[in-house]
Amino acid sequence: MFTFRETVNVALASIRANALRSGLTTLGIVIGTGAVITMVALGEGAQRAVEAQIERMGTNVLTVRPGQNWWRGVASGSVRLQESDAQALRNQMGGLYDIAPEIESRLQVSYLRWNSNNQIVGTWPSYFSIHERALTHGRLFSEGEAQGRQRVAVLGSDVPEVLGTPGALLVGRSIQIRGIRFEVVGVLAEKGSMGWSNPDEQIYIPLSTALYRVMGNRDRLRAIYVAAPSPEQLDPAWAEIDRIIRREHRIRPAEDADFQIQQASDFLETLGETAETFTMLLAGIAGVSLLVGGIGIMNIMLVSVTERTREIGVRKALGATRKAILLQFLVEALVLCVLGGILGVAAGLGSAELVTKLYGRDTAVAPEAVAVAMGFSAVIGLFFGIWPARRASVLDPIDALRYE
Amino acid sequence: MKTLNSGSAGNGTVIRTENLRKYYILGAETVRAVRGVDMTVERGEFVAIMGPSGSGKSTFMNLIGCLDTPTAGNYWLNGREVSELSDNQLARVRNRDIGFVFQTFNLLPRATALHNVELPLIYAGMRAKERRRRAEEKLVRVGLGDRMMHKPPELSGGQRQRVAIARALVNDPALLLADEPTGNLDSRTTGEIVEILSALNGAGQTILLVTHEADIASAAFRQVHLQDGLVERDFMNEGTPA
Repeated sequence: MFTFRETVNVALASIRANALRSGLTTLGIVIGTGAVITMVALGEGAQRAVEAQIERMGTNVLTVRPGQNWWRGVASGSVRLQESDAQALRNQMGGLYDIAPEIESRLQVSYLRWNSNNQIVGTWPSYFSIHERALTHGRLFSEGEAQGRQRVAVLGSDVPEVLGTPGALLVGRSIQIRGIRFEVVGVLAEKGSMGWSNPDEQIYIPLSTALYRVMGNRDRLRAIYVAAPSPEQLDPAWAEIDRIIRREHRIRPAEDADFQIQQASDFLETLGETAETFTMLLAGIAGVSLLVGGIGIMNIMLVSVTERTREIGVRKALGATRKAILLQFLVEALVLCVLGGILGVAAGLGSAELVTKLYGRDTAVAPEAVAVAMGFSAVIGLFFGIWPARRASVLDPIDALRYE
Repeated sequence: MKTLNSGSAGNGTVIRTENLRKYYILGAETVRAVRGVDMTVERGEFVAIMGPSGSGKSTFMNLIGCLDTPTAGNYWLNGREVSELSDNQLARVRNRDIGFVFQTFNLLPRATALHNVELPLIYAGMRAKERRRRAEEKLVRVGLGDRMMHKPPELSGGQRQRVAIARALVNDPALLLADEPTGNLDSRTTGEIVEILSALNGAGQTILLVTHEADIASAAFRQVHLQDGLVERDFMNEGTPA
């Protein structure tokens, strides 16, 4: 009888004989599969990038921020987080935790003929170790300088360029912040953007200097950072901070606090969710490409039905059984789908790699995306490869031959 | 010359039909293409089926070739009742017992002449080597020994029809059916094809030929004229040694 090997040979001969049609069908599958893999890889990459960013922020750091004081649904009064709060934390939480307050304002900065508008951050020297900031030139300002309200500044890595001078040359020079002369003592290494603010564009000065010389005695901290030596000590730190600030603000334990204590992992969660939404959006777009690719496959398979119906008529007239016809078309569709699937995965991996190389975007290929993309293309390809053939194979040979 | 009574039918009858009918539903109308044909064809005969277009001769031919199923009536091929056969058995009959030559050739356009001729043997399950040998032999026999690797679009009409004849013969069928085999050919190639058919019949091949051209029909020994789906006349050509 007509053997399986012969079926494969007939199918392969038919694929070869119709190279263009076979190529187009395969292309549809390649594009569908490749698009899904690339898109999902982009989304996954974005998610990992966000996670890495959060990691950079420091997972051992608690952030205390001023909250709102709510009374019967109305926000009342001006809630402050003050230098005294930070001092209370430092005095009472001992040497185990690093503490740094942060006050921040956007101010005019000038050096010689260069002008710029930068975020000025007033803080304590411990700020740099808490945020893992390294130096490239000069030094940090000291505890003594901080307490003595000295006019010293440490620049973020992007600041020298804005001021038109290499970092190494700026150290020891005077710049003006809001018209006040500051000595540049150091330039920091690059930190990388946090998304909402860029630490590399910031200028750091002692908190006391900021409060009493630059920002006009407005004692409103943006945040106080508390770094624990290990993640296990975050929970005790949390309780401690809550207790100390409540006492400073005279809030009873049962009352709502007028401040918030945040953890990097909270951001991680929120941003992780955002990235996930992004991934899903991309997956949606990819799904549409896959669908379009699938429709392409359907189209090419259905368009060739006329010619193929006649071919089926010829084959039947020469003695092909229905089974032989179906098997031939099954093998044909299978070969094209597997070929297209493999090429599609290769194309997906390749273009993900390309995106990483060209645009510096992180990509991560998800095995699920590969499986779904290949599976979907295969199902569509097989179905639309076989269905018209099945329809034609049940006709009388003469009807198949006459099919127009 | 090969033995004529090698088939299953001891009496040497290849075709016998009884009241064979084929009706089509075309829209709201029923077309009665074949309205009850009784015919018998013996082994070794060369019969021309004639008639104007619409007389039902092609439909009758398709029924005989098992390409179409009759609406009513009986048809015995080599003594076997065809209307009782299953789909798979019919495929086997088309494969082993019948060789069909079409007016429009019906070759696979993207396959070589050799592969086209090999097709029936592939479906018969013959091994590649033997298959190739036999296909080559038939192609040589129709004079296309030097065109085996050409694809149909690279061949002339007459050459294509010769490929089709080689394909029809490759399984050594009991019956060769030709439906207007020269309908798409010029007069010179028509002559060639008719010659090939005559030579085949001379070697003992039973042939049924549909045509509307009288001079082609005259190559056959017997003519059956159809009119409105019925046999109008059935006679031996002059000089036939029957």
